[in-house]
This record gives sequence, structure tokens and C-alpha cells, in this order.
Amino acid sequence: MAKAERAKPLIMNFAIERGNFQLAGEASSKIKGRLLQLGFPGNLIRRVAIATYEAEMNLVIHSYGGTIEARIEPGKVTITVNDVGPGIPDLDKAMKAGFSTAPEEIREMGFGAGMGLPNMRNCSSEFRIDSVVGKGTTIKMVIS
Amino acid sequence: MGNKYFHSVTLDSDLCRGCTNCIKRCPTEAIRVREGKAKIIDERCIDCGECLRICPYHAKLALSDPLDRIKQYKYPVALPAPSLYGQFGSKVSVDQIIAGLLEIGFCQVEEVAYGAELVSRAFAAFLKENPFPRPAISSACPAVLRLVQVKFPELLNHIVPLNSPMETTARLARARMVDAGYPPEEVGIFFITPCAAKVTAVKNPLGTGKSAVDGVIGIADVFGPLSKAINKLEETGNLRQSTGKGVGWAVTGGESRLLGDIRYLAVDGLMNVNQVFEEVMMGKLKEIEFIEGLACVGGCVGGPLTVVNPFVAKARILRCAQEVPPVLRELPPRPNWQDLLWKEKIHPVGALRLDDDMSVAIQKMETMERISESLPGLDCGSCGAPTCVALAEDIVRRQADEVDCVFKLREKVTQLAEMMVELSSKLPPSIGKKEKE
Repeated sequence: MAKAERAKPLIMNFAIERGNFQLAGEASSKIKGRLLQLGFPGNLIRRVAIATYEAEMNLVIHSYGGTIEARIEPGKVTITVNDVGPGIPDLDKAMKAGFSTAPEEIREMGFGAGMGLPNMRNCSSEFRIDSVVGKGTTIKMVIS
Repeated sequence: MGNKYFHSVTLDSDLCRGCTNCIKRCPTEAIRVREGKAKIIDERCIDCGECLRICPYHAKLALSDPLDRIKQYKYPVALPAPSLYGQFGSKVSVDQIIAGLLEIGFCQVEEVAYGAELVSRAFAAFLKENPFPRPAISSACPAVLRLVQVKFPELLNHIVPLNSPMETTARLARARMVDAGYPPEEVGIFFITPCAAKVTAVKNPLGTGKSAVDGVIGIADVFGPLSKAINKLEETGNLRQSTGKGVGWAVTGGESRLLGDIRYLAVDGLMNVNQVFEEVMMGKLKEIEFIEGLACVGGCVGGPLTVVNPFVAKARILRCAQEVPPVLRELPPRPNWQDLLWKEKIHPVGALRLDDDMSVAIQKMETMERISESLPGLDCGSCGAPTCVALAEDIVRRQADEVDCVFKLREKVTQLAEMMVELSSKLPPSIGKKEKE
């Protein structure tokens, strides 16, 4: 069918800076706007928005900086998050709701409640996280 | 684009000069300039009235009813929005405003402020008794409702599905008149409105089913005759029966404050409401239980059909809310949200969708992004679209052309001129060889 040929994915890329709270949410908002124009259903748009926002916040709070890529195909969005460190020593612990390594000053701002990764997993149909201490973390979320 | 949706905001093309003020300010990018005149894209317009306010040539009109329309009914009933109370100086009491309405042709006045208090009680009870997605979003402002429909379909199930103060008061008023023995067809219910969106809410009701309101008259249209009538009044007696609680609905936060112990957020101005909804969508506002979103800055006192500066009106409303009338209309012993419950579900409008087929839409978006990168990014508006990105979208939708952009046009003209110069030096072989310089 001709349709399969046409279905080239749409790719959106974002660079996220460490510590830049002001821009956190921009990637999420832009992806949301696109999905609305593409006719994605409301609940899927929302899951993508939450997962992307949490990823942005994680990069801002914990990483040395990184990137987010959204790959948009009919009915399916794949979000890939890459950072350049510091990496997560214990993934099982990190995935537990309420576990957080955010420093006091971040918690005082109302962030770092230890819900970021669990939220991202809850929003995803497929979720994969890999991390190497000293190198960085990669998260792949498929939302469909 | 077949489905006809009634809009209360329209254009007087004789007055429109095709400037770019309105296209820039429209929160849903629903206006384009075409052939020198502004054109409203029906599916996207949410009747917020921002363009009514901004147009320097007053070319945007609200399709509300003229005051004369009340003559079509033998028994016209006035439903003044609480914001009307903020339109007069401190020497004019609510009693006088009500007496004035009776002077200018209404046979009865039902204060929407009373209905507002009923609605607040129903909201509070509804939220307490029903499991409901948080934050709950108020359904009171019709422009905000439409905004959710157009831009935030994922938040539709957060909207509290209860009738507005206008609708609630209208139903009460009608029932009271019929109970008193007036023939239903001779009773006309007229809402005195601060905004155009309420006109749409009556003609195209969302959720409530057919509206009990028969006509909607702008505050600006009653202001003149009403002021005159008030000036001529002698003793009025006690006519106001609403508490300050209901009157407070006219300003931002007035509605939320009546909900009791609930963590609320009150936001006004459509751009601000838009930003707060974006935050909700990202899951950022988990601690908030209720959002009161109002399209106009200041709340309903800032409506485009009001007369007085919204901040002045607000100060007056706050004073008015503190007064306690000697006789109050009794509230029912228990709030009954069931009576106010919507009859219909509201559905998203896919007004922003590029194509019904998602893979075609993705392809169009690719093209759109490519075009948008080639545009200057100045968002000058000369092409008739609010931004370069919007022009790129219009091109993909085949509603505009690349050379609508003055920069692109200039580029093309330069290319053409260069080509002409180049061609002018060429000669057909049969004529001969051009001499070298």
C-alpha cells in the first residue's frame, strides 16, 4: 500500500541545558502542539507531554546536559533521552517511586520528589533505561 | 470546513483596513488578512472578543441583541450579570440599577448574582461528592470552554459539567414567571452581558442543552438608557436580594473563594489561561484542585462589551460585595448539583488538525517545517498570517502562497531581474556573435 511508503516519521530534536529551569517544559509544549495538529488523541498527547516534561526536568536537575528526540509516526511517539552523565549507580532504586537523589536546594524549589522516572514509565507503553556511571543515561519511551 | 458554527464576533468589512493588529492578538490564530480584509476562521474562533478590544478601527462587531428586541415579548425579564453592578459610580446602588432596568422596559429582574451563588454551592458539593479528575476546571467562562475544546482536548474531562450562573438563573426566572401564571411564549429572558462569548453560549450551548435565555444584550447597549433612567429615579426601596458572594463572581477569584477549603488557582487573560493549561497538561499542577480560568483580564468586569475600565469596575464590585441588603433571597436548604448537571458531553474540535489521515498530516508537517525554515522568521504579518510558522501552515493547507511573503517576493523579483540581465546579453546564433569587451 502506498500509505506505508508515505509514513516517514517526523523527528523533533531538543538540547536541554543543565540548571536551566526557565526553559524546562518547552520541548514538551512544542511536541504537544505538533501532536494536536497531527490529530493524535487527547490521552496520548497528555502522556507524551508528561513523560517529556519529566525527562526535561531530569536533565535540568540531574544531568550535565543532554538531548531529547521525539520520533512521531502515525499513532505512535518515541521519545529518546540522552545525557552526558553522571549516570545512575542503582537503576532499580532510581525507578522506585519516592526515591530521589535531588539535593536540598532542588527540593526546596518543589522538585525532586522522586516521581520523575516512575511517572515516565507509567506514561509509556514501552520503557527502557540504560545507564553507565561516568558516561550517561539513555531512556527510550514508546507511547502509543 | 462544512459545519456551521455560530459566532458572536464578526467583521464589518467597510471599516476593516486589513491591518495586522487582530491577527497578532488572536489567541487561537483564528484570523487572517485576505484581499485586504480580516477574515475569521470559524472553526478556530472561540469568541473571546480579544479582537473586538484591539481593533483600532472598530471593525469587529459583537452580534448581541439590541435593546429593542425586548419589545418582541410582552413580559421581558432582565438577567443582569454581576459585572453590570461595577459599571456605575459609588452613588448608584444596586437597588437603583434594578429599578432602572424596570424603567427601561423590563417587567421583572432576576439577579444572576443569586444564580452564581447557587452554582458555587453546587460546584462545591459536586466536587466533594464525585470522584473527578483534578484539577477540576470551571465551566463558567464560555471562551475558556471553547479554548479547551480547540486546544486542550485532553482536559475536556476536567471541566465541571454544571450549568453556568446565566443558564441557572434563566431557568429559575422562566420557572418563576410560568408559576406566576404568565404565558410561557410571552415571557422573554434577556441576559445583560459583559461579553460576546455569552451570546455564543446561548446560540451554541455546550453541554447544557437548549438555553433558557431568549436574548443577550451587551452592557454597552443598555448603559446609556439605563444611566438616564437611573438619573430620573426617586425612591426605589429594597430591590437587591443577592449577597456579596454572588456579586463577587464578576471579578477573578470571586467564584473560587466560595468553594470553601479547596486549593484553587484563579487565572485571567486568555494567554495566561493558556499557559496554566499547558502546565496542567504536563502534570505540573498536581497540588491544585480547582482552576477558575477567565478569558478577560480582571474577570467578567474586563469583558469587551463593558463600558468602565476593568480595574475601576473591580474596585466597585468589591465594595458592592461588602454591602448586605436588608432582605435576602433565600437559598434552597441544600445545594442540588443534580439539577444543574449537563445533559450532553462536549467533544473536542479538531480545528488545528492538518489532515484527517495521520500519515498525510505528518508529511504535511514535514513540508511545513521546511517552508517555515526558509521564511525570514520576522513574524511581520504582511502576508496576512500572524507568524511565519502560521504562513507555512497556510501554504501547506493550500490557503496561501510562498510569495505572499514580501521577503520571498523580493527574492523572486531579484532572481528574475538577474535572469533578465543575463538573458539580455544573449543573442540567437543566427544573428551573430556578440563582440567581446
